[in-house]
Amino acid sequence: MSATEAPAAAAMSGAEVVLRALKDQGVDVIFGYPGGAVLPIYDALFQQNHIRHILVRHEQAAVHAAEGYARSTGKVGVVLVTSGPGATNAVTGLVDALMDSIPVVCLTGQVPTHLIGNDAFQEADTTGITRPATKHNYLVKRSEDLARVMHDAFYVARSGRPGPVVVDLPKDILIKPAPYADAPAASTPHRSYRPVTAPDAERILEAVRLLKRSERPVIYAGGGVINSGPEASRLLREFVHLTGMPCTNTLMGLGAFPASDRQFIGMLGMHGTYEANLTMHGCDVMFNIGARFDDRITGRLDAFSPGSKKIHADIDPSSINKNVKVDVPIVGDAGQVLAAMIEAWRSDPAPIAKDAQLGWWRQIEQWRKQDCLAYVQQGPIIKPQHAVKRLFEITQEMGRETFISTEVGQHQMWAAQYFGFDKPNRWMTSGGLGTMGYGLPAAMGVQIAHPDALCIDIAGEASILMNIQEMGTLAQYRLPVKVFILNNQYMGMVRQWQELLHGSRYSESYSEALPDFVRLAEAFHARGLRAETADQLDDVIREMIAHPGPVIADICVAKDENCFPMIPSGAAHNDMILGPGQEKNAASVTDEGKVLV
Amino acid sequence: MSENRTRTATIAVLVENEAGVLARVIGLFSGRGYNIDSLTVAPVEEEGRLSRITIVTSGTEMVIEQIKAQLDRLVPVHRVQDLTMEGPHLTRELALIKVVGRGEHRVEALRLADAFRARVVDATTESFVFEMTGNADKIDAFCALMRPLGLKEICRTGAVAIARGTAHMAA
Repeated sequence: MSATEAPAAAAMSGAEVVLRALKDQGVDVIFGYPGGAVLPIYDALFQQNHIRHILVRHEQAAVHAAEGYARSTGKVGVVLVTSGPGATNAVTGLVDALMDSIPVVCLTGQVPTHLIGNDAFQEADTTGITRPATKHNYLVKRSEDLARVMHDAFYVARSGRPGPVVVDLPKDILIKPAPYADAPAASTPHRSYRPVTAPDAERILEAVRLLKRSERPVIYAGGGVINSGPEASRLLREFVHLTGMPCTNTLMGLGAFPASDRQFIGMLGMHGTYEANLTMHGCDVMFNIGARFDDRITGRLDAFSPGSKKIHADIDPSSINKNVKVDVPIVGDAGQVLAAMIEAWRSDPAPIAKDAQLGWWRQIEQWRKQDCLAYVQQGPIIKPQHAVKRLFEITQEMGRETFISTEVGQHQMWAAQYFGFDKPNRWMTSGGLGTMGYGLPAAMGVQIAHPDALCIDIAGEASILMNIQEMGTLAQYRLPVKVFILNNQYMGMVRQWQELLHGSRYSESYSEALPDFVRLAEAFHARGLRAETADQLDDVIREMIAHPGPVIADICVAKDENCFPMIPSGAAHNDMILGPGQEKNAASVTDEGKVLV
Repeated sequence: MSENRTRTATIAVLVENEAGVLARVIGLFSGRGYNIDSLTVAPVEEEGRLSRITIVTSGTEMVIEQIKAQLDRLVPVHRVQDLTMEGPHLTRELALIKVVGRGEHRVEALRLADAFRARVVDATTESFVFEMTGNADKIDAFCALMRPLGLKEICRTGAVAIARGTAHMAA
């Protein structure tokens, strides 16, 4: 038997080695776009049945689709693009995955090794360009390295803090025969990259002691909990219930703790809830698990939660003490940290400061009564908040498994505020990079991974046009993604900042000539729907969900609605603008604040 | 405030000797706005599998901690050591210094070179090239003295450093 296998293996081309490695890594789908340099891989793809290829319409979308696939499954997303423009088009997606710690392996074609550096047709210095855009990248110059590099790429993408990895593949390497080697056993340590995942026991005890003595604690959980896998979210729930503490999630962490839980105080940060931000501001001990004190979270750094002791658990040591000095640093995987915290909490006999914590909860309930997300839906004009809220309520009634992606801007924040997530991996949004055009391809990737689920891209009319070509992909693969556009005819977040910080001078934030989205949908073989008045909204949502194919629902919403609450840039958590009528607070933002994005 | 005080750090980094690894380290410094006062690199293992980079940098304690953590998470990096923090260490730098002149200046240059233990590695009737090994201060001092004597060109390697005693760095 082995005698017949051995010569077959020896005769494999580089392209076949690439596909074999993908198969052995458990890859069942790749998102890509062909071109000259990767033709050998496309030829090999044609002759096999293990891996499904999804043909996108632009390489950026291939990466976002792989991100959507990865975020909704916990697996590594895979991209295949050609050299030169194929690789450069993928760069935005790679940086997006880097900023949000999403495991992606991106295979790029390259001109043959003897032409590298000669300005050959469709040549770009892909490893040079993507070096700061990836967690790691490789240029395979020797056939004997190919199999090892392929397996290494997957290990690096998914280990530690996950991220995107590029493997640049010269065309001659793909055509020439190459030896195959199995992936190294999971027990074999990597030569140089061995991230710490098990937390230090002493630090865990220190954290538990601090939290037990705390009178005003808060748990602040981020995307690290989601990246750790669903078990980490379950452990987070257990820990929050065990301790009785309030829990807030970052934009990246939504779903890590159930939105419907009484101990959930909403998202925090620039557009977070009043209660979450004031809880953060006033706490005496903060337990940050899997979040990175991003500037959208902290606001003005020197006024961020000034009186608190801070515990920070993160798998990436470079995230600790980067922006905010912490008292108890814990390096480790979120799931392992939470499991250790639960065990230490249970075996520690010290009681918690119960009375003080009751008082803390009374205070939080007071803040909650502000009802900071309240809005008034009156008359025929649809409020964008109302559109998201009704979408949430109707999908809940239907009880279908629902995944939400977004583009970037006001609609994204409204989606985060009004769509409640009770489970992890259901929410795909571009948090770190803030990439307009992310949502449609991401939803596509989610739908590929979950063919029977309801996948909705909550979009803005400006963002959606950045990757609208993917409607073609939806049509080709009959992917029933729903694009729910909150159409206010403005780049809403730009307009909002111009109103609040730049004297209402709406410079270039109005789209003069929007397409007719209903007819646009039809041109792409999809269903187009429109709601122009509040009484049409529910029917449109129901029809959108009921339709078996892809849909664009054009929801015409109030044009000048602002997204509140808002902590203006450079302000502290307790300097929040709660709603209309308080905009003048933004006028006090100094130039120092304005330079912050 | 002690938190804002800057210090110099000599950091030794043991890396996989692969294509692009130096670009990765330098890109990290430029991309994140860290200072590089000097940087040296060369293979240090028989098979040439590992290289050692010595970086002299400066920043606040928080920045230097960041630099070390950022270096440590690069995939081809095996070990990162802050020699400045981890006890006594030796620092050496090699310099080649060209001095052009005649007469008294020539004599004086040669006399000073002797005092600084700089070796003459090239000479013409109008020039010397001195080779000198030492820490950066010593080379700075020698160059300052050579300036009025016809100093024309300096080439320095940047610092290499190693811990004193039995402590050693391995992959």
